[in-house]
Amino acid sequence: MQTHTYDVVIVGAGGAGMRAALESSGRARTAVVSKLYPTRSHTGAAQGGMCAALANVEEDNWEWHTFDTVKGGDYLVDQDAAEVMAKEAIDAVLDLERMGLPFNRTPEGKIDQRRFGGHTRNHGEAPVRRSCYAADRTGHMILQTLYQQCVKQDVEFFNEFYVFDVILTGDPATDDDVRAAGVVAYELATGEIHVIRAKSIVFATGGAGKVYKTTSNAHTLTGDGMAVAYRRGIPLEDMEFFQFHPTGLAGLGILLSEAARGEGAILRNAAGERFMERYAPTIKDLAPRDIVARSMANEVREGRGAGPNKDYVLLDLTHLEPAHIDAKLPDITEFARTYLGVEPYTEPVPVYPTAHYAMGGIPTNITTQVLRNNTDVVPGLFAAGEVACVSVHGSNRLGTNSLLDINVFGKRAGIAAAEYAATAELVELPEAPQADIEAELVRIRAGAGTENVAAIRKALQESMDLNAQVFRTEDSLIQALKDITALRDRYGRVGVSDRGTSYNTELVEAIELGFLIDLAEVVVVGALARKESRGGHFREDFPDRDDAEFMLHTMAYPTQPGDGVADSTVRLDYKPVVVTRYQPMERKY
Amino acid sequence: MTALADAPEAATDMGEIPSFEVTMRLERYDPDVENPQARWEEFTLTMHGTDRVLDALHKIKWDQDGSLAFRRSCAHGICGSDAMRINGKNRLACKTLLKDLDTSKPITVEPIKGLPVKKDLIVDMEPFFASYREVMPFLITTGNQPSAERLQSAEQRARFDDTTKCILCAACTTSCPVFWTDGQYFGPAAIVNAHRFIFDSRDEGGTQRLQILNDKEGVWRCRTTFNCSEACPRGIEVTKAIAEVKRAIVTRTF
Repeated sequence: MQTHTYDVVIVGAGGAGMRAALESSGRARTAVVSKLYPTRSHTGAAQGGMCAALANVEEDNWEWHTFDTVKGGDYLVDQDAAEVMAKEAIDAVLDLERMGLPFNRTPEGKIDQRRFGGHTRNHGEAPVRRSCYAADRTGHMILQTLYQQCVKQDVEFFNEFYVFDVILTGDPATDDDVRAAGVVAYELATGEIHVIRAKSIVFATGGAGKVYKTTSNAHTLTGDGMAVAYRRGIPLEDMEFFQFHPTGLAGLGILLSEAARGEGAILRNAAGERFMERYAPTIKDLAPRDIVARSMANEVREGRGAGPNKDYVLLDLTHLEPAHIDAKLPDITEFARTYLGVEPYTEPVPVYPTAHYAMGGIPTNITTQVLRNNTDVVPGLFAAGEVACVSVHGSNRLGTNSLLDINVFGKRAGIAAAEYAATAELVELPEAPQADIEAELVRIRAGAGTENVAAIRKALQESMDLNAQVFRTEDSLIQALKDITALRDRYGRVGVSDRGTSYNTELVEAIELGFLIDLAEVVVVGALARKESRGGHFREDFPDRDDAEFMLHTMAYPTQPGDGVADSTVRLDYKPVVVTRYQPMERKY
Repeated sequence: MTALADAPEAATDMGEIPSFEVTMRLERYDPDVENPQARWEEFTLTMHGTDRVLDALHKIKWDQDGSLAFRRSCAHGICGSDAMRINGKNRLACKTLLKDLDTSKPITVEPIKGLPVKKDLIVDMEPFFASYREVMPFLITTGNQPSAERLQSAEQRARFDDTTKCILCAACTTSCPVFWTDGQYFGPAAIVNAHRFIFDSRDEGGTQRLQILNDKEGVWRCRTTFNCSEACPRGIEVTKAIAEVKRAIVTRTF
């Protein structure tokens, strides 16, 4: 075992982690610990853009952006946080441009902007051009640009180190003096354990899309940061709200950006009908993702799907000029050609919703400090990006607001972590902080377990796709919970065939699976208890939004079976939504 | 209606694609055994029409031999984790469909060449990233930051578009015969990333980068074999970018 000491340790090297590192590495001794080489992070897969009311191509202002974010999130957004994000969006985009990000340009040489789902002028009048973009590779450019700047600043990285535990000084539920003391990491190359002490810890580990089978997320998006914090007693907020992106490549889940519809592509059913006209008459194909995804699933359910099994709809770009497609949407059209053999110039592309984004996560305040209950923070612990829930996305995130979130709150996290470290003392480590994770690794690597990691994971993902996807009912969610409980039992007997210490990727997949099981349970228990439909969470047995009962954030805590929600290891509480200037209204587009 | 006319056709393309048998011939290397040696191992699998080489590797790892080690993440050609030598050519495993290879013969998969093999298909990427860092791959400017964005015309932006696509997968560098014999050579990927800034109208560090690449291990080692351009999964015209950097060294005054 090795021990290291820093002022700030940042876990995760995607957009949020690297944006934080750029702030903190100049102010405090900083290390970034990442399970992947930084440029492998899934920020790089984001396509369409990053919204900011620059008003470079038409009238716009940050207040409209705030409103769209609040309405898009079906009023579960904390409005103070949304205001911070929309205001700071402008500088966030300009920061990136100054770092060298190659945005597309207007004829005047300014940053170009285009339309995106749910982003409107003057509180819903019509779509507005707000998304700053670099073709359909905006995330790639952000990731590369931030990494370039990290190289320039000589940021210290621990690459291919998996953080499997966070060290706290006590129990966040009962200990008012609980502090963060460090993290425990597993070095993939050697199998060695590293305890990394720090005054400030920033979680920026991204999402958990692999709880589902059909997903746009990378294989590595297993919610490690969320699960690690949760297991130590930190609550998870609003986890039942998962975004299903409307246009995944059918059968594969690979993302085709909403920018396609922003540039004019149209969704059609098997009869060729532009069905979004029926569901969102004003902004049609550019309605928010939850509405479009549900509409698509409904078309398929009612027999209007395309294909031999009528199980997808079609994204039609054939009326767009090929030169325009090449200039604005080069990557996604190549995906259609490579993976489905479809030529988007002349053929519509088969698409179906794909699990895309966790609106929920580790609760934080607007300075990215982690909350251990509805009001109190854990000093020295911060979170930003998809792993966190500020909450700027509420029950449904608008397209482009994730790239914005990681930049705005990643920057805030880096500054806050460094400032905290400047005045705080290092916390004493508890005795043998690595013992728990070491025991778990030994159990799996050296034990006699016979259950197969891939088989359990497949069963979990299939149950989640079947029971907790776009449409949910009490019965489907109870089934999912039963499945998860049974799979957790099997996970107790999991084993691996690779007993080696070098690059034991089978072992890390086993640990990641444990995280997925915990998170799937939190998603399902939160969804069972939320007897309403709001944003990304749609209950067929409760199809309406219920502000009287459920205009509240879900806060899920780990507990012993029997102490929380029946048949689960989860205890639920609720937290009020911060409302500043927008009272809830019916959500129509 | 396009959608009406094309839907049935798309349907046949998307319909039941027959499964087929394929033999994967993998180069294995386990550093944890005594006297570790590279060896070949074959696995026979039943795969389907839209499956990629990455799916085959996962099927082996998940159903047959969990110890098989390879890197992967996004699984759709964006993150650059899974560059491998597939039937003798550098490709991304997640972007190579089995049906596009000759499945009547075993499909060989080896680690990319020229970097030390750590385990099975995993190589040490540190020397690759070290070369990348040496070309100063970041925007260099002088004077105060502007209060708004720097202006750049669409034409100026287009000038370096091709080289912004790089995902640092190392497929180009590890396909280069010069890199194989001389590990000190910067390699195509580093030059591509230098090009991305040298031809960016906002950048003021071109001269420094050109001086670095004028080194004896710099662009002049390139023998224009075009392996790199063929290997690039992002379709970057790598050899052309290298040629443009060579020309800039000759024509720009230091």
